[in-house]
Amino acid sequence: MALNRDGSSPLFSPSVAGTLRLIVYMALACVLMVLDHRNGWMSRLRYGGSAIIEPVYRLASLPSDAFRTASVAFADRKLLTEANQRLRENLLLANAKLNRMASVAEQNERLKELLDTQHSLGITVQLARLIDVDLGAYRHRVTLNLGARDGVSVGQVVIDARGVMGQVIEVMPTTSTAMLITDPNHAVPVTIERTGLRTVAYGAQGGDALSLPNIPVSADVRVGDKLVTSGLGGRFPPGFPVGEITESGQTESGMFLAAKAKPAADVARSDDVLLLHDLAEPVGPPPAASVAGPPAALASPVDAPAAPATTRTPARTTAPARASTSGGAQ
Amino acid sequence: MSRARVRGLWFAGTLVVSLLLMLIPLPAPIQPLKPYWPALFLLYWSLESSDRVTLGLAFCVGVGADIFDGVLLGEQALRLTALVFIALRFRSRLRFFPMWQQTLAVLGLLMNDRVLLFLVRVLGGEPMPPAAYWLSPFVGAAFWPFVFLILDDLRARLRIHEA
Repeated sequence: MALNRDGSSPLFSPSVAGTLRLIVYMALACVLMVLDHRNGWMSRLRYGGSAIIEPVYRLASLPSDAFRTASVAFADRKLLTEANQRLRENLLLANAKLNRMASVAEQNERLKELLDTQHSLGITVQLARLIDVDLGAYRHRVTLNLGARDGVSVGQVVIDARGVMGQVIEVMPTTSTAMLITDPNHAVPVTIERTGLRTVAYGAQGGDALSLPNIPVSADVRVGDKLVTSGLGGRFPPGFPVGEITESGQTESGMFLAAKAKPAADVARSDDVLLLHDLAEPVGPPPAASVAGPPAALASPVDAPAAPATTRTPARTTAPARASTSGGAQ
Repeated sequence: MSRARVRGLWFAGTLVVSLLLMLIPLPAPIQPLKPYWPALFLLYWSLESSDRVTLGLAFCVGVGADIFDGVLLGEQALRLTALVFIALRFRSRLRFFPMWQQTLAVLGLLMNDRVLLFLVRVLGGEPMPPAAYWLSPFVGAAFWPFVFLILDDLRARLRIHEA
């Protein structure tokens, strides 16, 4: 500190008591941080205090809501006309595409029936709105206006019209928090649509992008390749667009190819999103704990706690797909 | 008695407003420039009425800010406690600085705060923040004269009105 250089002030001699108090409070803060980091106290505290926290969020998002309303109210007539014209054209185009889509979907349905797949095309979704609350800068998270009372649960996939946006990581009674796929702590198992190569897309460090750090050197990856969810790991259902490769090259070690991708979803936009209701079917090792050995009644008490450990603990597992799929990507 | 109560309400109100200001979302390009409002408001109060601002209060405001922010419990409590401690220790000098010197001191304090946050984040296993991360203290310092003058003016008006 620049102010430190000429020692203590004669008016306020540094008292030992003050320093001691500082140390006590700082130690308390550190203890809180460690406990929260380990046990996830924060989400429990926030759940308990949601009666206070949620109105404050609504209050804090008022200015930006008001700004949006005002910008609509005072919008230029010419701008509105132009926007209207553009939307009309888009609607026509979309309708045309939709008509074609319908026939394709019908054909697809027939083919699927032929293949006797048990997956159905119908997906149940729930429309959610983003509440514009900033949860810490550089954290790619959004707050949604649906919560536990609307049937939202941790792990639900958030999508928008163009692709996967992220997943719900925290649920409060009437709001919930979702982590975006661009968060550095997030991983989503993907397939490159053109070649069928399986890999994992992580959130890039800084910036709204995805990074694919471990693609085999021999793999064929080109700029413009589309990424879709592979459905591995059992969290994201397969076949949803995730992004598009924008650059690829060798890593410094030369062991892997690393690629960057642009998310397909408009992650930076604050608008309506969809919450997928049916989660992907769990793929990989069966979750049911094996009942091999003697019957449960005869099991020793030491074995008993092992069974609950296999259930998912949603508190801090932000990228549950990572562990189960990284093996498949190599 | 009523006057004291009004002043107490005003004091608490500004702190609540600072928490609200912290939560207000901004468009993405100017998001990193958002100053750390609770720090500015607490600094003002620790310079103007040091009998009300204690380390305990800073800690409580910090915990409140943490709960609203939902990032890591205790992080802002640590930062605000450190900030208020330094401000209270050098209060007598900071008060009689001319405005530009005070602004520089505030810049130093906010920078120190960012360094603390950086340490906490890095120790917690977060990635390195982008360069824009270091811009916020400068914006905060640029806002300081206005925050100080506006709060001072409002406080003076409140006192006249009550008297």
